[in-house]
Order: sequence, then C-alpha cells, then structure tokens
Amino acid sequence: MTATMRTAPTTTPPTGPRRLRRPGTRRHDPRRHSARPVWDEEPGAAGKAGKALLLALICFLATYPMIAVLATSLSSQREIAAKNGLVLWPGHPTLAAYRQILSGGVVTDALLRSVGITVVGTLASVVFTVLMAYGLSRPRVVGGRFWLLTVLCTMFFSAGIIPNFLVVSALGLRGHYAAVILPTLISAFNLVVVRSFFMGLPRELFEAARIDGAGDLRILWTIVLPLSKAVIAVIALFYGVAYWNSFFTAMLYLDMDQWPLSMILRQYVLLGQPVADDAGLSAELSAPTQAIQMAVVVISLVPILLVYPLLQRYFTKGVITGAVKG
Amino acid sequence: MTVVPGAVNAARTAAMVRGMERKIPLWTRVRRDKVLLAMIIPGFLYFAVFQWLPLLGNVIAFLDYQPYLGFVDSAWVGFANFAEVFGDPTFYEAVSNTLVITVLQLVLFFPVPIALALLINSVMSTALRRFVQSVVYLPHFIGWVLLVSIFTQLLGPLGVLPHVLQALGLPAFSATTTPEFFPFLMAIETIWKDAGWGTIIFLAALANINGELLEAAAMDGAGKWRRTWHVYLPGIMPVIILLLILQVGQILSVGFEQIILQRDAVGPAAAEVLDTWVYYHGIQDGAWGPAAAVGLVKGFVGFALVLGSNKLAHLVGQDGIYRA
Repeated sequence: MTATMRTAPTTTPPTGPRRLRRPGTRRHDPRRHSARPVWDEEPGAAGKAGKALLLALICFLATYPMIAVLATSLSSQREIAAKNGLVLWPGHPTLAAYRQILSGGVVTDALLRSVGITVVGTLASVVFTVLMAYGLSRPRVVGGRFWLLTVLCTMFFSAGIIPNFLVVSALGLRGHYAAVILPTLISAFNLVVVRSFFMGLPRELFEAARIDGAGDLRILWTIVLPLSKAVIAVIALFYGVAYWNSFFTAMLYLDMDQWPLSMILRQYVLLGQPVADDAGLSAELSAPTQAIQMAVVVISLVPILLVYPLLQRYFTKGVITGAVKG
Repeated sequence: MTVVPGAVNAARTAAMVRGMERKIPLWTRVRRDKVLLAMIIPGFLYFAVFQWLPLLGNVIAFLDYQPYLGFVDSAWVGFANFAEVFGDPTFYEAVSNTLVITVLQLVLFFPVPIALALLINSVMSTALRRFVQSVVYLPHFIGWVLLVSIFTQLLGPLGVLPHVLQALGLPAFSATTTPEFFPFLMAIETIWKDAGWGTIIFLAALANINGELLEAAAMDGAGKWRRTWHVYLPGIMPVIILLLILQVGQILSVGFEQIILQRDAVGPAAAEVLDTWVYYHGIQDGAWGPAAAVGLVKGFVGFALVLGSNKLAHLVGQDGIYRA
C-alpha cells in the first residue's frame, strides 16, 4: 500500500483507506480513478513503472515523427544544415517557409483544390451513404435482399486497377474532378456501419412517427439523423480523410494543373522536384528546400490534426466496434 | 400481430412478414416504397457502375486490347495473355517480392495490435486508457503520401537517422534507399500507421470476456500472466483467427500506394509487387491484356486463399468468417 501511495498518490483518495471497503459492496468507487476489480491484485511499483514507461514510449513513437516534421518546418535552412537535419526544437522559429508557399502559387492553389475536393466529396459521400443505408435498414423494402447483396459482395472482391481505369476513362471522367470523387463515392464498409446503426434504433420510434403520418424522408430527417450524429461524424471523418489523402486517383485521372496537395507533396518531397508553374515564380522553380518540403507536409497534416481531436472520442467509446464485429 | 421480444420470435415474425409481402403485387409494393427506392437507387447505381461493371472489364484479359478498337473490335486471343505473363521473369520477381513483403508484414505486424490491446486493456484508469487510445489511433489517419514523406525525412539519406548513426560512430545507413531493407521498411511503416488502429477490434473482444472467468482464475491462484495466457488470449482467439484468415486472403495484396510511392527509391528489382507490375505494364506501357490477366489471377488466388484458410479454421475448431 505504501509503495502505491508513493508512486501514484492521485489514485488513492485522501478520505479513508479503500482497504476497509467491504468486499462486494461497491466495485466502482466514484472517488477512485481505477476500476480495478476486487480480486485483481495491485501491481507492484516496478510493474507500474515499467508499464508507464512502455506506454510513454509508445505514445512518443506514435507522435515523434510529426513533431520532428513540425520542428523542421519552423527552422531556417541554415539551422537545418547546422543541425544535420535533426531539429528537435527550432532555435529561431521562423514562418518563412510557410510565408513562401502560402503567398500564392502552386502550393496555395493545390491546397484550395484539396479543400474543395474534400468538402464536396465528403458531403456527397455522406449524403448518398446515409440515404442508401436508411433505405436498406427498413424491413420489407422491395428488393431489399438484392440491393444489400450487391453491396456486400463488393467487400470480398474488387475488379482491379486496369478495369477500373478503363471504366473511368470510358465515362469520359479523366481530367474532371468528378474522377477523384465518383469512383470512391460509397464505401461498402461505411454503408454497413450506418445501416446496422439505423437498424439498432428502437422500432417503436418509427411506428409512432408513422402513426403520426410522417413519411420516410421526414422520419430520416427529424428522428433518425438527430440520433445518429456520432456514427455520421465517424463516417464523415473516414470519407474526409480518404479524400484529403487520396493521391492515386489524382495521379491517374487529373492533369498537372488540377493536382491536389497530395500530388504536390509527392513531387516536392519524394521526387524532390519543383512543379512547373505558369506564373513562373522563381522561388518555386528551384528545387524545394527541406524547410519548404516539411512545411508542405505540415500543411497537409494540419487539417487531420484539427479534425481528429473532435472525433476521436467516438472511437475510444466504441462507436464503430459494433459494426467491426459484424 | 403482437411484437414479441426475443431473437427466435423476431426471426419468425420476419419470415411471416416476408410470406405476407409475397401476396402483395410487385407494382403495389414498388409504389408503396417509392421514397425508399429513390434513396437506394443512386447508391445502387454507384455500386453497379464503379464496382460491378469493372468486373466485366476483366474480359480484356482474354483480348489483344487496343484502346482505339474498344472491347468489341479487339481480337480474342484466348489464354495468350496468360501465357505471356507466365513466361515473363519480371512477373515471378513481382510474385516473390509480394510474398516476401506480405509474409514479413504478417509475422512482424500481426502480433503487435494484440500485444498493444492487452497492454491498453490492462490500464485501469479510464482517462489514461482513452488518452493512449487517442494517441495510437492517430497515425491511421495519416495518408500514405504524408507518411512516406515523413519517414523519408526521418530515415532517408538526408534525414535524421544517418546523422544519428554517424554521431554514434556507426556506419551510415539509409533505410529508405537500401533494397535489402525494403521489406522491413514496409513492415515498420505499416506498424506505425495501423498497429494502434488494429487494437480496436481486440479491445472490443477483450471487453466482452466474462469477468467471472477472470475472477475464478484469480481465485484459483492464477497471476496476471497466467490469466492473460489462459483467459484473455483464448477469449479473443476467434477474432485473432478471423483476422488471420482475412490477412491470408490479402497475401497477394500489399499497400499499393505505399509501394508505388517508394518503388523508385530502391528500384523495381526489390520493390516491384503484383499491383505495381499491373500498373506499370498496363497503364504506363499499354500492355492492357497481360496486366488485366495478372489482376484476374491475383483476384482468383486471393479468393481461393480466403476459402482455404476458412476451411482450415473449421478444421482446428474455429468459426472463421462463415460456416457453410
């Protein structure tokens, strides 16, 4: 007990030792952070320290790459060279790289295009997914099993790169932004997640609304959607991140002057080449410096980092696990 | 008709409803469900055009496909494309690279989410557990372009790792441009991106384990490690088997975007996999027929592997994906 007190004083409430609690009276004392069952032995000091260290290391490994990139992007080229690329903390933080890439030109345009594709694509995907999921969640709909099977089968095989490319080409979509949205409009997985959520809603709600004379659109809009904010937020995040990150469809179907940010990222950082610019900005025609490369990385990273904290609680609370289990 | 709670009754009710539905004329049902159908049809059209129609496109695996001639006028060549592919040494190189990368990923990646889930599950403080989950899920949302850019910055020839090695007096080593290291790099990247995300399903399975089993084991004197081995692991074994089957079905598929972004850094001898072979031969070089043939073979082998491993799961007494 004393060992625990020393290593983790916050877990022990100051009022009364918990040992005196009679077994079986209350397993989850609200004053305790810990939900440890009574039969589970408290780990020793070494065990606790080891576990804490391991968790800290895991969190560090998961976040360090992003921190390193951010630090580099805030440094001057001279500092990066002096520190051999290993900038842990910029000595003289400068926004020069950001000023350069955001003052119009290739990166700014690509950023706006990426935002456009992501916003339009996510909206379209969420709307069509929710509509279809609602239609398929209602019992007795005509052809319900047929519609559902055409969706479920696509989860087990896909046609492959070449046939997909030929279909998109045959539809005349190459060179149109629709080519990076339509081929991935609905994800069967997301559809199934939303459908099973809708099916889990109490059917009395639907029956009451129907008796009150509400049609399906009205039920969807006034009853189902307000109850489904969490699951819709989750699939919106999935879709949004996919559109934001998508690069292969852009590489296949879009012209260079239509490139989203992900393609600029590939060109700058992975190929180390400038992007030809009609405006002929000299700064961008030379090979991009490391700080500029990392600034482009950070700009691509920021929207994800901004949206993620708003939505992550849904994952930790297990919104999607029900669907994952099938 | 009253609604009786309980799965059996619900199923019986559903069957009764279906029987009654059959007596209503189709056109009456269509008119009754017109709003629902209007919701379903746009989505159905998407799946028809962008998921099912391309399946038919696989017919070009049997054609000498010429884009200006189209599907109808291109000459039928039977299995000539397949013969060409199976006589091409670069195809076998792509097969072996694919297998090396996926098998290594299976061995290195697969246990990580399980171990991580057991660790997170053992954290008693809800707040701390949620925090760790939030942090380890995050990399899943970093796209491959971003991820590869970041890893190149850290491990590439101009990156952090060579300088750290130099400072430690070790020989210089560039992880992103060494062909022999390529499969390990792919595995490391995948672990960074998806090991945390992969814990979700195991955490859900762990949360469903009956607490009385754990309590009984503890009463019988089993310590933490023995409880992990004899209660937790058997408890999540169905999920482990399920994911293993799905992984085996994917053994011919590596992350296409991940590979194509890094292929040029090490060259095709080390990094050409089946999917990139299809891309370069088909879309880049215009060998449409052979490329589609490879895609088709890959699809069929993958499907057979899923069926086979599912059967294997039945033989060892697990449920697998389905039970026929």
